[in-house]
Amino acid sequence: MGFAKLADTALMRIGQLCLFLMLLSLLLIVGIVVLRGAPALTAEMITQTPKGGFYLGGGGGVLNAIVGSLCLAFGAVILAMVAALPIAVVLQKEYSRGAEWARIARFALDLLWGIPSIVYGAFGFLLMVWLGWGMSLGAGIVTLALVILPVMVRTMEEVLASIPRSVMEPSFALGATRLETISMAITRQALPALSVACLLAFGRAIGDAASVLFTAGYTDYIPGSLSEPAASLPLAVFFQLGSPGKEVQDRAYASALILLAVVLAITLLARRLGGRFEKSIIR
Amino acid sequence: MADERIRIKWVHGLDLRKLADGACLRLGQAFAVCAIILLAAIAAGLFFKSLPVLTNARSDAFFSDNWHPSMGEFGIFPFVVGTISTTVVAMFLAAPLCLFAAIYLSEYAGRKVRENAGLLIEVLAGVPSVIFGLWGILFVVPLVRDVIGPWFGTPTSGFSILSAGIVLALMVAPIIVSLSVEVMRGVPKAMREASLGLGATRAQTVWKVILPESRNGLVAAVVLGFSRAIGETMAVMMVVGNVPGYPKGIFDPAYPLTALIANNYGEMMSLPLYDSALMLAALVLLFVVLVFNLIARGVLRSMQGASRGGKNASKAIKIR
Repeated sequence: MGFAKLADTALMRIGQLCLFLMLLSLLLIVGIVVLRGAPALTAEMITQTPKGGFYLGGGGGVLNAIVGSLCLAFGAVILAMVAALPIAVVLQKEYSRGAEWARIARFALDLLWGIPSIVYGAFGFLLMVWLGWGMSLGAGIVTLALVILPVMVRTMEEVLASIPRSVMEPSFALGATRLETISMAITRQALPALSVACLLAFGRAIGDAASVLFTAGYTDYIPGSLSEPAASLPLAVFFQLGSPGKEVQDRAYASALILLAVVLAITLLARRLGGRFEKSIIR
Repeated sequence: MADERIRIKWVHGLDLRKLADGACLRLGQAFAVCAIILLAAIAAGLFFKSLPVLTNARSDAFFSDNWHPSMGEFGIFPFVVGTISTTVVAMFLAAPLCLFAAIYLSEYAGRKVRENAGLLIEVLAGVPSVIFGLWGILFVVPLVRDVIGPWFGTPTSGFSILSAGIVLALMVAPIIVSLSVEVMRGVPKAMREASLGLGATRAQTVWKVILPESRNGLVAAVVLGFSRAIGETMAVMMVVGNVPGYPKGIFDPAYPLTALIANNYGEMMSLPLYDSALMLAALVLLFVVLVFNLIARGVLRSMQGASRGGKNASKAIKIR
């Protein structure tokens, strides 16, 4: 019996240790980025675009990357939402009970979900060449939208499916069509959770670098239109880190701090909102 | 006359509503079909773009190890080895770590601990790849160079397969842990209670009841983690060294497929067949990832009917 007890405690301690290691690593990541980034984070960093000789230690900031990233992520979320919401709606039982096309679409979305973003990037590049576009904000938005589409459909589908039947049945009983039921009765219930889904997709889009590397390119200027290249924060970190010179690398840490702060804020906000909205949903 | 009026009302009222309903269904279906086409288009596009290098007589692109773009030789095999080695090291580190953590969270920890750990794991999952890479350069690479390397008596620059493995392991940990916890929580409570009621310790229950019951789901979780690790780009590229060739050990640098694509996109239009070779690299990645996903989902699907663990896990996959 002594051995069994010992093994029991040991298993618990090992589990705790493993969990602790993971959380310690998270703490280290945040700690290192804050410690190294905070001293280099000046007002100039977030209010100015790079000036001449920026990558050799000249003046300026990463406003181009901040604006570029926001444009890319916003555009991608809006574009993906336009496609994801109708898909999520028609994958509901009311529309597609047991239909073969729905089964195949679900399967395809599952597989799309697993494709790495660099492959999307390569595909986006092919698409871009085929359409005759250059590296541009528009191409980046389209590629990013493809990256976040599967996860968005999945979350939205899940949200819509979690709405209880008792909310829909009165609506059907009053003679409303499926569209009316979904657009009027269900969205009231699901809108908060749907916006959380968009928020999470936004966080994912803003941190993704491999797909925009090919398609949005990188530039020192704020994009003026969809056909101009756009910078992004992850790539700003990457390129600055790759340059020699301590000042430039310090800026990479500062850019990383900005990126991390945005992403953490989004994750925590989504969590808070998700928790709060769950309470107000009728079950 | 009266009939006419009723007819018009009917057209303007009910019929329009029905029409809108039908239109919405068609729109959604069209988008859903687009998703299917997208998958096919990605595979077909990459395949046709990589055909020129596959049919090129000068070099056997798959199994050759000569990578000299300027001479028209595009052997991607060393890069495949680079991808495999970093991923395997990552999974050797991540699988035990994550499974033990998941066992603790599922079987030992209380509700409060589980929820708080869940939040932190969610945060970890949201950290962008490039920041993992930054952490890798600032922390993992010096750790490998100054501590782990000398410990094993191997001089190393730190930019190595091991560093990439450590960074990758942490990156895939959230998905493996959260899926594993879902799977284990899905084992019916009655089974757990029966075992504990017979006087078994929790460790014995885990070993004899929980693990056998949730084995398939755990395998699926690790396989999905694997497929994530294969496709990781930025973080790996920043710490792995990017030296083409066959690595001799885990302290050597390597050059995975993802890094190959990301590092060379700028020059790929400048040499003949270069773009084709990079697209072949993307195609290989796509193929491997799809196969892994099919395996994992097949395992989960087969479980779905059998136990609640599978159902929970596939739900968790949908959400994440």
